[in-house]
Formats: sequence, structure tokens, C-alpha cells
Amino acid sequence: MADDKEREGPDITVAEFHKKIKDAFEVFDHEANNTVDVREIGTIIRSLGCCPSEGELHDLIAEVEEEEPTGYIRFEKFLPVMTEILLERRYRPIPEDILLRAFEVLDPSKRGFLLKEELIKYMTEEGEPFSQEEMEEMLSAAIDPESNSVHYKDYIAMMVIDES
Amino acid sequence: MSTHNLEDMGCGTSSVKDTRSEQVLKAALVIQNWYRGYSTRLKARQRYALTIFQSIEYADEQGQLQLSNFFSFMLENYAHIHEKDPEIVARLFGSTLQDYKDRQDYVAFVDVPNSYNGPRLQFPLTFTDIDLLVDAFKQQQILHARYVLEVLFETKKVLKQMPNFTHVKTSPSKEITICGDLHGKLDDLLLIFYKNGLPSGSNSYIFNGDFVDRGRNSIEILMILFVSFLVYPNDLHLNRGNHEDFMMNLRYGFTKEILCKYKIHGKQILQILEDVYTWLPIGTIIDNEILVIHGGISESTDLNLLHRVERHKMKSVLMPPTPLDGDPDTNVKKKKFNATIVPGEVKTSASHSEQLTKHEWEQVIDILWSDPRGKRGCYPNTSRGGGCYFGPDITSKVLNRYQLKMLIRSHECKPEGYEICHDGKVITIFSASNYYEEGSNRGAYIKLSSGMAPRFFQYQVTRTTCLRPLYQRVNAIESSAIRILRERIIARKTDLIHAFQLQDRSKSGKLSMSQWAFSMENTLGLNLPWRSLSSRLVTTDTNGDINYMSSFQDIHIQKPVKELPHWAEREPMGRKTGAIVCRGDEKVRAERREAQSTLIETLYRYRSDLQIIFNVIDSDHSGLISVEEFRSMWKLFNSHYNIHIDDFQIDELAERMDLNKDGSIDFNEFLKAFHVVHKLDKLNKSGSGLA
Repeated sequence: MADDKEREGPDITVAEFHKKIKDAFEVFDHEANNTVDVREIGTIIRSLGCCPSEGELHDLIAEVEEEEPTGYIRFEKFLPVMTEILLERRYRPIPEDILLRAFEVLDPSKRGFLLKEELIKYMTEEGEPFSQEEMEEMLSAAIDPESNSVHYKDYIAMMVIDES
Repeated sequence: MSTHNLEDMGCGTSSVKDTRSEQVLKAALVIQNWYRGYSTRLKARQRYALTIFQSIEYADEQGQLQLSNFFSFMLENYAHIHEKDPEIVARLFGSTLQDYKDRQDYVAFVDVPNSYNGPRLQFPLTFTDIDLLVDAFKQQQILHARYVLEVLFETKKVLKQMPNFTHVKTSPSKEITICGDLHGKLDDLLLIFYKNGLPSGSNSYIFNGDFVDRGRNSIEILMILFVSFLVYPNDLHLNRGNHEDFMMNLRYGFTKEILCKYKIHGKQILQILEDVYTWLPIGTIIDNEILVIHGGISESTDLNLLHRVERHKMKSVLMPPTPLDGDPDTNVKKKKFNATIVPGEVKTSASHSEQLTKHEWEQVIDILWSDPRGKRGCYPNTSRGGGCYFGPDITSKVLNRYQLKMLIRSHECKPEGYEICHDGKVITIFSASNYYEEGSNRGAYIKLSSGMAPRFFQYQVTRTTCLRPLYQRVNAIESSAIRILRERIIARKTDLIHAFQLQDRSKSGKLSMSQWAFSMENTLGLNLPWRSLSSRLVTTDTNGDINYMSSFQDIHIQKPVKELPHWAEREPMGRKTGAIVCRGDEKVRAERREAQSTLIETLYRYRSDLQIIFNVIDSDHSGLISVEEFRSMWKLFNSHYNIHIDDFQIDELAERMDLNKDGSIDFNEFLKAFHVVHKLDKLNKSGSGLA
């Protein structure tokens, strides 16, 4: 069966994507009625390996919501949009080296670390700011309590291992 | 604006264009974007882990129902095996033996030695006894059996006077607190009392069932709740849950806890406890508006009938009433029962007065086992094997029928400790935090009073004062879930390989993701996101195909070395004569190895069921059963569960298990030896280990 792969066309890929999306959706479909809370959409999309920014996520939600938002997203609306995203390989995860470069931009004197206050300042004041909960969560894993700083190279390496 | 473009990072030729602040902005965006993706993937993994725990838990409950069917089946055939043992028959029929009815005089003979420095209760109980117990249990003391028994007898006496449903009134100055499943987690109860105060005349509580099983302090929770009930019978309300049931306790740990903590008097405690359970009320009704019950409802829920039933006749929710005289189909079976029971020695529940009607029984099952779902209508609850799934239309219908406004129930673990569904008409409240694993979920309780919206209070017990970072917690839950999932997988190895090979016609050892997921779901009967879980369970090759045998690599079932016949060591006949080894020998050896692995897998897979069956047979809790009993039990089990193990294998097994050849088997010892060995455990032990 496995050698038939050559003959598999795009139809098979779409079918596989559909099943994968359905599986992920079902995990969050608590009432088993093919809807999920709109607040879980971001989690579902990201659990399928995509990394939209908050802004991009906001747009996606607008695409899959009902004309009159109910607070719930239906599977029938979600499936085609998500399939497209997977087929087009949109919102690919950030490569490790880009992430490292980002930290280096915030550490122009090349110390190899960021102080806790600096990280807090950047994350809560720039870009798409973190909520307090997000900030605390990140700090709990990133900060080395002795030096009160994050050695970003080690931090990135640790996170990457955790994900693989 | 793309955040992934190198040039935008100020690393390309356009770097001259971006000012410092623009660079910082973009850098921050990259990090935030990455972190959010990472963090939500963590949460998704957590959710997946919970799904695994839950589906296995429900599959187990289904197994429990199959077990109860087996008991019924067994009863029909059991009679001619055990004419000499009416106690077993009575036990399985569920009647209480007359001479155990008022054993309170027994308690007087239980002495509390001077050396005992645990809590000493004073009857009649007062609020100081509640404090005493809470403090003592915080210090992990064990309450003496004498007090346990006294509390149980007193509780039974008082509960007997309670109606099936307690009607409660609240007022703006007198709120009531509702707690859900506790499942033996003492820390959660103590946390609730810490945050919300001890029960008292001005601080009412409802505990909505499932106080016991799974956690390590079921008896302590029961003692606190029962003592509080005895001190404040009008302000502390207890509803029966599906785990307030001696059969469930056999499987889910409470029986073991008692026998462990109370080696001398454990059996007596268990016996009186069986009775106490049956007298627990079915539910509570608040302000004639809110129905509080453990599980849920069904289309046919008849509250009037439920107010009237003789609830104490519901011995175990998993032992349906045996057929009665009026049923023409079963008269033949009934004759069989009567013929083998020695008249006069034992009352069986084959007589009408000792059991509920089938209809009544089903009504109670629905209350204790049902789950709400989004789908309209009422369907059999196939995950659990008892009760039903009820939709929002059913909720409306039943609530309207009795002019009620809301249903508060428990029975299902929720990540946030509570959940509202069916348009705000159904609330699930669950009070055992970290139910599956440390970090798996929060617990919660509700405070309400008439005219005000219910308020929810959440909490989570943590072992350390400082919470571990999210990724460590998620890793711990995930490892735990994957671990038990892999144990399920290894327990069905033979069936799974068979299913895989059916699809792998070219015998390549590989399947597509689709084929693999299909086989897994079908064989294991677990509705899980197999595609997403595949990376944790199997290896894939560069083409994305699954190496299906890789699931079995790092894990095997450890057999108790001496007890099992070593089939593989036996030489097939051909060898001895020196003849050329023919393919037949290989085949025989392979078949024998397969037979052996099937036997091991089966014993492993059904070990909980077997344990229960044997514990029931072993009515004097001696831990021993006779070889004869083992043989006949197994043969019945074999035929009912449709397992294909040859009789001669069982006979051999029985003989091996009778270690000192005295005709009796220490079955629990034998089963304990069956455990799954995770090869990687040995490696991890030397590592730092996050869990």
C-alpha cells in the first residue's frame, strides 16, 4: 500500500488534511455538535502547525465567523478556510535563526542575554503586547532566577527541543 | 505585514531604511508571534492529553458494564458450580444477609488502645469533632476503625430518615455552596474548607457524589463529610454518585485503600459501607427551582417516581434486577436459581420485595450516569455503557415538566472545574483538581442563593508552592497520557498486528497515515486524534509512511517469570529424532509464542476485571481462591468474553499459580506481577526527570 504513494495525487492530500483538521477540531468540540468556542480557534490553528500573528488570527476569525457572530465557529465554515491555509503552507513557523536574530536586535550590545525588566518592557510595550498572564508564563520558563535574565540562545534551544 | 522576511528584520539590504524603533517593533513581533504559537501548541497538547485520559476512563467504565453483564451470565451458570456456597450467590444477588443487619454490637468489641494517638471522637458529635478530624487528617493520621464504624452506623441511621430528595431553601443572607466530584483528593476538600469555611448552621454545603475512588484519601473524605453531616444534618447534604457503589470501589481503588489502612477491621467497614451507600439521597432540590444530581437526566426521567422509590434497594448500580415472577421469558431461568439455593438459609433477591423494578432501576441509573451533550435528543451513553446522552431539548422538556429552572450536575472532569451548557440550563461542577495528573485541570465550587446568579470559585492544588512552568506541567501530563495509551496498545498487540497486516498486503511493514489511524481506532475503540498523536506513538519514514511495528518497540508486558509455562523452550517433536528441521517446527513454535503472547495480553488487558471477579468470589477477603474456582471462573470468563485461549493452557496456568500445591492460588499476588515495562524508564531513571 505504501508504494502506491507515487500514484497519490492532490486529492489524497486534501483528504488527509481534512481528517487532520477534523481530528484537531473534535478535541475542542466539547459538546460534540461540530462547533467550537471562537476563543479556541487560535489554539486549533496553531496546533495544526501554523503560526499566524494576532492580527492575522483576527482576520481569519472574521472569515470563519457567522454574519452575526454567535461566539461559536462551525466546522463547515472552518474546514475550507483551514484546508486552504494548509495547502498554501501559510503562516509557517518562525525558523530558529530568525528568532535568534530578533533577540539580538533587542540586545544590541551583544551581551548574550536580556534582563528581566528589558524583556518585560519589550514584550508588553511593543508589537502586539503580551497580557500579564502571557508575560508571567513566558518569564516562568525563560528567566534564570540567579541572574534575573534570559540567556536567549539557551532558551531558544530548550524550547526547540521541547517541541520536537 | 510579513514578520518572517529576513529583510524586514533589518538583515538585508533594506536595513538602512528601518530606524532603530522599527527594528525593535519587528523583533518584538517575531518573538511574540513565536511565543504565542508555542504556548497555544502547549495548551493543545494538554487538551489532547486530557482527551486521551477521558476516553480511556470511559472505555474502562464500559468495561465495568461488560463485567456486570458477565456477572448476570455467571449467575445463571454459577449455581451448579457452587451449591455449597450460598453466601456468594447472595452476595451477587445483592441481598443483605440477615445476620449482618444490626451489627452495631460488634463495634463495642473494637477497642481503642491507649497507644493510639490519632483523633478521638466523642459521641454525640459536635463541631469540635469536625475540627479535630480536619487537623488530624492534615497531619496524615488515620482514624481508628472503632470510630470509623461508629460514624458509619450513625450515618446510616440518620440517612435512613432522609427522603430521596432533600428540599433546600436559600436566601440572600444564606447562600449554599455546591461541590462536585472529590474522588478521594483530600487536599481539594481542605482547600475548599480553607477558602469557603467549614460547614455549619450558617454555611450550607451540597456534595454532589463521587466522594471516593481514585484518590488516596477516600475514607478520610468520607469521615469528614459524614461527621459534618451528623453534626449538621440540615445543612450538609450528600448526594449519591456512581462511585458510591461497592462494585465500583472494587475496581477503582477504594476497597483496596480500606483493606490497606484497616487490616483487621477492613472487611467490616466495607460491609457496613455498602449499606450506607444505598441510603444516600438521590438528589437535592434548591428553592424548588434547581435540581442537583450527580449525573444527569433522560427523556423519561420521572421525578415523582424517583421521590417514591425505595432507594436503598439499589445495591450496586451495575447489578440490574434479576427477572421476576411476572416475566414469562425468564421463568425457566428462575427455576434454575430456586433449585440450587438451599431454602431457608439465604434470602435471595429473586423475590419481589428485595429489589427495584427494572423501570425504577433504569431511572436511578439515568440520574447517576448520564451526560449532557450538544446533540438534540436522548441516546444511550455508549462511552460509559450506562445512562444516556441528553440534549438541550431534553433538558428543557424535563425542567419544564417539573417547573424547574436549572440542573446542576457533576460526573465529568472539566479543565476549568466547571462548565455551563444547554443555554445556561445545565452546569457541570467538578471539584477534584489535577484529576488525571498534576496540572490536568482546575477544581471549582458554586455559591448560590435565590434570585442571584451563581458564582464560581476555581482552584488548583499544587504540590509545590511555586508553580512549575507551563511546559513542564504539560510535558508531565502528556507523558502520563501517552504512557497509559501505550499500555493499551501493548495490551492489544496481537489484534493490532493482525489489523495492520490485513492492510499491508505487500508485507512492507509500512502503512499510510490513513490506514494506520483507521486500524488503531477500530481495534482499540478509542476515538482519539490519531494523526496528531502519531509522532508520539510510531516512527515514520522519509516518505511519511508509518512503521507500524515501532509502537511495540520500547514496551512489553513483564510476565511473572515462574508462573507461566515457557512454551518457547519446548522442543517440537521433530527435533528429537534428529530429522531435518522442517518448516512445521518453526510454525509450531511461532504459534506457541503467539498463543503465549495472547494469553499474557489477555491476562493483562482484563486484569482489572479478573481482579474484581476474584475479589467477589473471595468473599472472606483472604486473598486466596481454590484452583477449582479459578478453573471454572476462567472457563466462564473465556466463553462470555469470547476469548480464544485453550483450556489446556488455563489448566497449566492454574497449576503453575498454585505455588505450594495446596489447592489455593494467591491471585492478587499473581496479578500484581503483571505490569507493563517501559524500556525507556530505565534510561530516564538516570536522567534528571522533570516529572
